[in-house]
Amino acid sequence: MSELRGIYTLWLREVKKFLREKPRLLNAICQPLLWLFIFGTGMRFSSGMPGINYQEFIFPGLVVQAMLFTAMFMGVSVIWDREFGFLKEILVSPISRTSVFLGKMLGVSTDVMIQGIVIFPFAYLIGIPVTVFMVFEALPLMILITTGLVCIGLTFASLMKSFEGFGLIQTFINLPMFFLSGALFPLANVPIWLQWASYVNPLTYGVDALRTVMMGDTWVQLFPMELDILVLVCFDIIMFIIGKTAFCRTE
Amino acid sequence: MASIIETHDLTKRFGSHTAVNNISLTIQKGEVFGLLGPNGAGKTTFLSMLCTILKPSSGSAHINGFDIIRESAQVRTSIGIVFQDPSVDSDMTSRENLQMHADLYGVLLSEQNVRIQEVLDLVGLSDRADDFMYTYSGGMRRRLEIARGLLHYPRVLFLDEPTIGLDPRSREHIWDYIRKLRKREEMTIILTTHYMEEADRLCDRVAIIDKGSIVAMDTPSLLKQEVAGDTIIMGSDQIQNLSDVLIRDNIVQDVSFQGSEIKIFVQNAQFLLPRIVESAVHAGIRIDHITITHPDMNDVFIHYTGKDLGGGEVREQTGRVAMMKRRRAR
Repeated sequence: MSELRGIYTLWLREVKKFLREKPRLLNAICQPLLWLFIFGTGMRFSSGMPGINYQEFIFPGLVVQAMLFTAMFMGVSVIWDREFGFLKEILVSPISRTSVFLGKMLGVSTDVMIQGIVIFPFAYLIGIPVTVFMVFEALPLMILITTGLVCIGLTFASLMKSFEGFGLIQTFINLPMFFLSGALFPLANVPIWLQWASYVNPLTYGVDALRTVMMGDTWVQLFPMELDILVLVCFDIIMFIIGKTAFCRTE
Repeated sequence: MASIIETHDLTKRFGSHTAVNNISLTIQKGEVFGLLGPNGAGKTTFLSMLCTILKPSSGSAHINGFDIIRESAQVRTSIGIVFQDPSVDSDMTSRENLQMHADLYGVLLSEQNVRIQEVLDLVGLSDRADDFMYTYSGGMRRRLEIARGLLHYPRVLFLDEPTIGLDPRSREHIWDYIRKLRKREEMTIILTTHYMEEADRLCDRVAIIDKGSIVAMDTPSLLKQEVAGDTIIMGSDQIQNLSDVLIRDNIVQDVSFQGSEIKIFVQNAQFLLPRIVESAVHAGIRIDHITITHPDMNDVFIHYTGKDLGGGEVREQTGRVAMMKRRRAR
């Protein structure tokens, strides 16, 4: 019971902090718009895909991208907590390390989900017929994507001693995972090496699953839905174990 | 009186360096206990072990009857900690910070809001409770941290350098709160400090730690008495005569001259003074002024650690001189 209350309060803190920071929210809303309307329009009219609206094509990719970047950024907030001393206050409390990790993870995951959902209304602007049913199908998939990503962020935060390494995450995690996820281009016609590099990336399966839900019949699935979900679940479990171990070992 | 903290040969080694070396002590319920020592003496390491942040290399300790290694969760609920470095979330209001603490420590939901108000009142922050912490001054943050440390009714409160970096007025405030606390909450308070005045004015007992070991432990007044007696400085236009009279009347064995003043070192100035005046009057010598100085914790500190507060070594011969210079009339 007391552990649950501890998890709850840590969760609440993350969400409050996320919602209070207005510049970040503004950024979170506007960045996907730039991708969608400038990058998306440009690509649609210069190298269009036959039978597919490019904006509609990248929309699920942009949802995943926003979630990926938020997960990394909010995940490494553990480093800020350490820098400003608040982590100590949490770690000397009677709450177990596992609960602290859970609270942090659930909190950041909620932030990431909010970030992903905020983008959904833009789908109307580019003519995707969003239905309630579609949203209910997409949400569980987004949760599966979120959990693993947040655990990656928390793992790095536990291992990194200062914030200076954040640039490395940007270059070696964020961008490769984004570019290799099939978010921006279909993986059907690319060279084999690029295809395989993308197949190793769990996000590829997330993007594929989201597209299946949102684009309906116009999208030819890379993998069956069952495989997408299986890969995401495995990704979540593995990253959760790694993240929890790394976090519990911090002094 | 019952003991609340007991340590037996508590030791912490980092590689080949022994930070805390076989410390055994007993602290009674309701005591304000000071840990004094130069920088790097092992105070914070010792405290961290008691707070279950660090595992001891050997030895054992009990707080409130709980073993710090095997029953760390119970120890954690029995203690409140105010760290040397700030540890509040500055993007939250102070009420939210307290709220989080109440949740983490499982303060009863029915009592929670009353208790939060109580500790805010105690440190005088009620009117700023809903302001964000980043608008607070250093002194106010420290006060909130003390309030937070108290929130879950701890039996023991650890304060690691509670007034470091604060201006004299804020420091005075914090001292007031600590005094109020021990009266109202019947708590045991352990504080580390390297401000001698702080140890002297707040603590019932003081342990001086140097290089990981306790080199002295007693009440501040007894420690001071052991180290040095009082100093009497007198001014007169007949100091040579005065000195002869005092030695003849067997009041002192030795005096030293300092310009137009004489200086004598004695054990209990307040009892000797009437005799000195009497002898002088008897011999027809006029005394212009008299000053008595008592030793302070600084002298005690230098005596036991051979270091001044900056951590620098004081050489043996000049030690006495340095001590004299630091003495202030009260």
